[in-house]
Amino acid sequence: MPDALRVVVAEDQALLRVGLGRILEAGDMVVVASVADAASLPAALARPDVGLAIIDVRLPPTFTTEGLQAAIAIRAERPTLPVLVLSQHVEPLYARELLADGRGAVGYLLKDRVIDVDAFLAAVRQVAAGGTVLDPEVVSALLAGRPVDRLTDRERDVLALMAGGRSNAAIAARLFLSEKAVGKHIGSIFTKLDLPPAADDNRRVLAVLAWLDG
Amino acid sequence: MPVTERLRLTALAGGFALAMVPALALAVLTAVAVPLVLVAVGVPLLAVLVPATARLTAAHRRVDTALLGEPVTTDYADTTGAGPLTRLAVWARDGARWRDQAFCWFAATGGFVLSILPVALLTAPVVHVAVSLALGERVWLWLALALGLPVALVAWWFATPALFRARLAVERGILDQDRVPRLERRVEEVTVSRADSLDLNAAEIRRIERDLHDGAQARIAAAGMSAGLAEKLLRTDPDAAAELLREVQTTTVDALEDLRSLVRSIHPPVLADRGLAGAVETLALSVPLPVTVELDVPRLPAPVESATYFAVAELLANVVKHAHATRARVTGSHDGARLVVRVSDDGQGGADADGSGLTGIRRRIGAFDGTLRVDSPLGGPTEVTLEVPCPTP
Repeated sequence: MPDALRVVVAEDQALLRVGLGRILEAGDMVVVASVADAASLPAALARPDVGLAIIDVRLPPTFTTEGLQAAIAIRAERPTLPVLVLSQHVEPLYARELLADGRGAVGYLLKDRVIDVDAFLAAVRQVAAGGTVLDPEVVSALLAGRPVDRLTDRERDVLALMAGGRSNAAIAARLFLSEKAVGKHIGSIFTKLDLPPAADDNRRVLAVLAWLDG
Repeated sequence: MPVTERLRLTALAGGFALAMVPALALAVLTAVAVPLVLVAVGVPLLAVLVPATARLTAAHRRVDTALLGEPVTTDYADTTGAGPLTRLAVWARDGARWRDQAFCWFAATGGFVLSILPVALLTAPVVHVAVSLALGERVWLWLALALGLPVALVAWWFATPALFRARLAVERGILDQDRVPRLERRVEEVTVSRADSLDLNAAEIRRIERDLHDGAQARIAAAGMSAGLAEKLLRTDPDAAAELLREVQTTTVDALEDLRSLVRSIHPPVLADRGLAGAVETLALSVPLPVTVELDVPRLPAPVESATYFAVAELLANVVKHAHATRARVTGSHDGARLVVRVSDDGQGGADADGSGLTGIRRRIGAFDGTLRVDSPLGGPTEVTLEVPCPTP
């Protein structure tokens, strides 16, 4: 598979490392390296053909946020390398640190999301393609702290999905709406939140996140 | 307060009053001896008087301790190895010795009055009546019977407890020089043990979080991944899907086992159900050497049961790991105020009483003012004794 997405996985728990590898391979991706700690990451990422790094937040030796620090460092060094961070619990604070550079090609998901294999693979591909994927938990935590009363219920649903990095088509499928209706809702959200209109999905997500996080 | 108690207090007061004789003698002699130091005679005099005074006050401290139910103690400045003159100088600077002097003067004056009054109020009318009878003084006899007797007895009845308490309070004030330092020490101990408990708690919570994260949480996530993948492969590769589902089963069982062992490490269900004795017996079954358990203890407050249980668990683990023992023994009893548990083995001894394991146990039970004593001579046997003050609830 010459065009297959090449992935490096950093996960200290063997069970999950194996499980992730199998799922990625079932999604026609190639796991070129699996490492158990952050220190081994740079060597594993040295190959130029790596298309994505999947990193557990909590890695040895401190078992705190080593993986997150590693992800931020990698993005500073190789801005074009997509990074997906996985964790057993998500924190809006960590999401903010991860998204701070505003460049996209980044994801932050609960490990629970891996269980929905197809959705997870779709999220992986989206990050690899330069998109932003944020766990619904983070999005709802951010929404909870913001004055979104001006939005209708439907607009709030659309906002949550959009902040999670879904495309218009995906949002439409999820909410059983036409893409055109989704586009209208999004326009209305941007107007109500005083956000500048943005063309591509990723800019749009980042604008919304910046607003939520502000 | 019944009449017998008042009579007892009166008798005790009488005893205190009698102390006036040695106290006055010692006080006066000491007062005379001090200036005589200038002409040398005072030195041998004081060498006798000061220890004699200490004898008298020591006797009073013992009695006061018994009566008050809390320690009345003092620490004299150390004079071991000092020559006669140096010793005098040390005594002169020692507050405790001056307190002894103060006590003598008190016992000979105000203390004597406080103590003699109950005795006098009780006995004076009787004496009066007897004397009147002996002298044939009818008028005085009637006066004594009609007025003196009831007034004195009423006064005796009401004044005795207060007078006795007053004497005790002053005695403690003078003799118990240690009270404030003792309380300060106590506050220090409590501060340390509180900090230790907080540290232990925080470490325990971190451990629980870590155990959950690495154990059950990870296994459940892995089981979910396998199930998700199985669903994806169900059509295309049913055999692989079935294999994945079998994995889900074993991983789920492992996750449950993780949760069970975590619960056991927090608070074993058998400890909650059966108390210390039952829990330690269960524990003994899982130790890979014969353990005799003889625990005769009632149900105690849960935190004490828990701390003691984990202390015993750790001690038995030490026996298995370090002692090279062929058998171990856990005995324990509770006398209504204090839990004593002994863990002993026939191993090689030489346990380090200040090692991290034993220090951890000491800190754990220190939160309850518990103590740990290690007797582990090289060559064995080892006996570790835990004592935790703990009134039956």
